[in-house]
Amino acid sequence: MKPSHGLRGKTGVLILLMVVFGPLGDVLLGKGMKPIGAIPSWSPTAFAHLFTRAFSSALIWCGIGSLLLFLLAHLLVLSWADYSFVQPASATSYLVVALLGVLWLGEAVSPMRWTGVLTICLGVVLVGGTPPRTTAQG
Amino acid sequence: MTMRGIVFLAMIVLGGTAGDLCVSRAMKHIGEVKKFTPRHLLGVLLRAFRVGWMWLGLALMTVAFFSLLAILSWENVSFVVPATALNYAVGALGARFLLGERVSAKRWGGVLLVCCGVALVWLG
Repeated sequence: MKPSHGLRGKTGVLILLMVVFGPLGDVLLGKGMKPIGAIPSWSPTAFAHLFTRAFSSALIWCGIGSLLLFLLAHLLVLSWADYSFVQPASATSYLVVALLGVLWLGEAVSPMRWTGVLTICLGVVLVGGTPPRTTAQG
Repeated sequence: MTMRGIVFLAMIVLGGTAGDLCVSRAMKHIGEVKKFTPRHLLGVLLRAFRVGWMWLGLALMTVAFFSLLAILSWENVSFVVPATALNYAVGALGARFLLGERVSAKRWGGVLLVCCGVALVWLG
């Protein structure tokens, strides 16, 4: 089944949205939760205080919005593309996480981690060379 | 690794992947989305959440998520997360045999490279 350019194009765009908004949401949530700190006790009052502080943070709301965009892109792309195509292709998010870590959070990324990221990218290139859809539309 | 650890790891990998496969089936049931206006997208989501596979998928993903939280209370994250890279291989198997997708040798090669890469990322 040879995919049309349109199908491959819109699959690529939605996977790109997934690999950008998924890690971005995680990083925003992480940055938003850091100043709040660890929960001091497991009492309902402590949880209520934690959630009140978390939901008054703009970063947390941006993170939630970003993750909702990720989820929407994920659902939409699965309406036509193979799961066995989308799942490995979206692993490109590991590259985005590494880049965000280095460029935005100033984290050090070890050589082994970069090797892993490059191995993932090679795998994604291989998967990307296969047709996004191999089943008939039901 | 204890039997309890093996059971929870299986619940993470199998539950999470089965959940994804169910969501994929639900979305295939809706059919290819061709219009991307907000109104049309809202309609797609409303239809998706009326498909039983979607709810089953979300329930399985919830089981996998709480299993992950539980196993992290006694196993190291450096062991658990690389092990969950198995998701990619199990996902391709599930897609092949449960969703009827054609997983070519090239796609298998890519999936296996991604599995190894994810394990390396977490070990690094």
